Amino acid sequence: MKTIIQSIRALLVFTVLTGALYPLVITLAAYAFPAKANGSLITVDGKTVGSTLFAQKTEGPRYFWPRPSGAEFATVASGASNKGPTSADLVKAIAERRAKFGADAPAEMIAASGSGLDPHISPEAAQQQVARVASERKIPAEKVTALVAQHTEAPQFGIFGEPRVNVLTLNLALDAIR
Amino acid sequence: MKPHDWLQLTLFLAALVLLTPLLGRFMARVFSGEPHLLTKPLGWLERLIYRASGVDGTREMSWRGYAAALIAFNIAGCVLLAVIQMTQAWLPLNPTGLPNVPLDLAVNTAVSFMTNTNWQAYSGEATMSYFTQMAGLAVHNFTSAATGIAVALALTRGLARRTSATIGNFWADLTRSTLYVLLPLSLIFAVVLVQQGVVQTFAPYVTATTLEGAEQVIPLGPTASQIAIKQLGTNGGGFFGVNSAHPFENPTPFSNFLTMLAIFVIPSALVNMYGRLVGNQRQGWSIWAAMMALFLIGLGTMCWAEFQPNLPAAMEGKETRFGVFNSVLFATVTTDASCGAVNAMHDSLSPLAGLVAMVNMMLGEVVFGGVGAGLYGMLMFVLLTVFIAGLMVGRTPEYLGKKIEAAEIKWAVVAVLAPCVCILIGTAVSLANPVGTATLNNAGPHGLSEVLYAWTSAAANNGSAFAGIGVNNPFYNYGLTLAMFVGRFAVIIPALAIAGSLAAKKTAPASSGTFPTTGATFTLLLIAVVVIVGALTFLPALTLGPIVEHLLLQAGRTF
Repeated sequence: MKTIIQSIRALLVFTVLTGALYPLVITLAAYAFPAKANGSLITVDGKTVGSTLFAQKTEGPRYFWPRPSGAEFATVASGASNKGPTSADLVKAIAERRAKFGADAPAEMIAASGSGLDPHISPEAAQQQVARVASERKIPAEKVTALVAQHTEAPQFGIFGEPRVNVLTLNLALDAIR
Repeated sequence: MKPHDWLQLTLFLAALVLLTPLLGRFMARVFSGEPHLLTKPLGWLERLIYRASGVDGTREMSWRGYAAALIAFNIAGCVLLAVIQMTQAWLPLNPTGLPNVPLDLAVNTAVSFMTNTNWQAYSGEATMSYFTQMAGLAVHNFTSAATGIAVALALTRGLARRTSATIGNFWADLTRSTLYVLLPLSLIFAVVLVQQGVVQTFAPYVTATTLEGAEQVIPLGPTASQIAIKQLGTNGGGFFGVNSAHPFENPTPFSNFLTMLAIFVIPSALVNMYGRLVGNQRQGWSIWAAMMALFLIGLGTMCWAEFQPNLPAAMEGKETRFGVFNSVLFATVTTDASCGAVNAMHDSLSPLAGLVAMVNMMLGEVVFGGVGAGLYGMLMFVLLTVFIAGLMVGRTPEYLGKKIEAAEIKWAVVAVLAPCVCILIGTAVSLANPVGTATLNNAGPHGLSEVLYAWTSAAANNGSAFAGIGVNNPFYNYGLTLAMFVGRFAVIIPALAIAGSLAAKKTAPASSGTFPTTGATFTLLLIAVVVIVGALTFLPALTLGPIVEHLLLQAGRTF
């Protein structure tokens, strides 16, 4: 009985320490990075248009397109296709994606992402979309190519991860051209 | 693999090898009660925790007393966590107005987090309130990890002590693990995560209007604090549904690198600490070498499988910022370490990569393994190894001068076989039962793999999934609850019993006939025992799942 009472008391102590004080301290520390702590939101003309870290569904030809999403870009709850390589559904989806992005589309464009919200595509995938976006917007392709180059991130610190282009910030930069 | 991938692997291994003895030395000081770096700033808090809990942190416990305190504390936490989930609609910090969690899911989740499994039959952003995540789930991320360290310490003391009736004090081990190891590392890691882009706020979800005019709800929450301990405690339960693939949990390649390091660092350092506490660092490094070898074999195999040029879509379920290599490295780390966080969807891995993920878990989560659990699990295999070596040369087996006798071997066999029994029986029952196969997301052999993976993950207390399978129903919720419970406590209780039995024994000096438990011969024998038990037990099941799927994929079959 004594052990049970000790357990309950210890549980409450640990809940206060690790379940209340610890997250509060981190939340206070997060005030050092207010934009990131609150979702890296992007505001245009006072309106929230999305988050730098989330892909959003853009299908119109005037915009760069993000990677396919296994969950239709759902955010609550996020999801993936979870299809294995012998899935007939996956083979069919790949054929549709090839039709949309071209037979020579880079690997990530014919595959749905892990989060369903992957904000990035490869620089090659962006380059393949330049001609379409430029002609739809009636701006020189060189200008769009330059914009893609501006929005291309190298591997972090030159070491970690893959080179990539953030689709949403690229599209916003396009819209900002008057 | 590109040269760039080799560079990242080298950095990962170098950082791990560098941190292992540093943290190992620190933990050895902390847990032998010597003064250390944090005694002055935090010693008062340790004493305050004992006083507030009404416990005496200095009283030595028998193995039965230790086990009783451990089980009482864990069960109390499990009950409280279930209650929090089932009443969250009436509790504070629920800005999204999420309803109470139903009983079967609440029980499954409570046991899942208590056992350090973090199997999730739900998506956090659509199911759990900020309060439930922060004051319920995240607390268990600390206490379940600290419980694992405590058991590893008790077993270490059993081996190190001579003719002792006691194996330490559970409350002291629990408190010191949390206060001096888990909390300080989490504080640092959480702040770095926020700096990389992980959210940390109590503000409600935000609704954005997309470029094409649609509504996009952006979920938020006190995430960074939970993600830090999720990885450091090898818990793996995501704040969001897609876990570490989610941009708010793992926003950059650097956060991904640190995450993988965070998963491995404590299990790896505990092995080093073990060597120091039993008085011979080479004992620790010999076990560490076996773990590292098994890790590299698994990683190599998975890389080979995932870099095959003829896969239909190598990037399916993977994120652009990580690419194939960082997804494969993460998948190996998370299944070796009993973490279960995923940065890519394992369900979409190529068949043989999925096989490696399963085998890593089937080996008993001893390739570094869960925090604490990896060490005490591997020590069970060490006892079996010296027993088998003893049989081969015809002498009574000894380990660290202690005679290994029938009682210890019986307990070790229970610990090694109990999870295997859960996996095979659970899978068989599910496949023979329409309820078990009704919610598969893939047909053909991959469907079988989804079921096998679920039971393996639960019984091995890993928590990752072939996540296509729908498991939020009473059959899987209660069935997997049982597997998680057995997989945890049918290893912990034998480990503590062995600790008690060994602590009471005298130490005999090593003689010319003693089988040395340091060096390459021992390491190779240990690897062989781990692989033979894992591989032979599961080879038939793996043949029907991933191996057949691999062959059919080569033949171009789809389902």
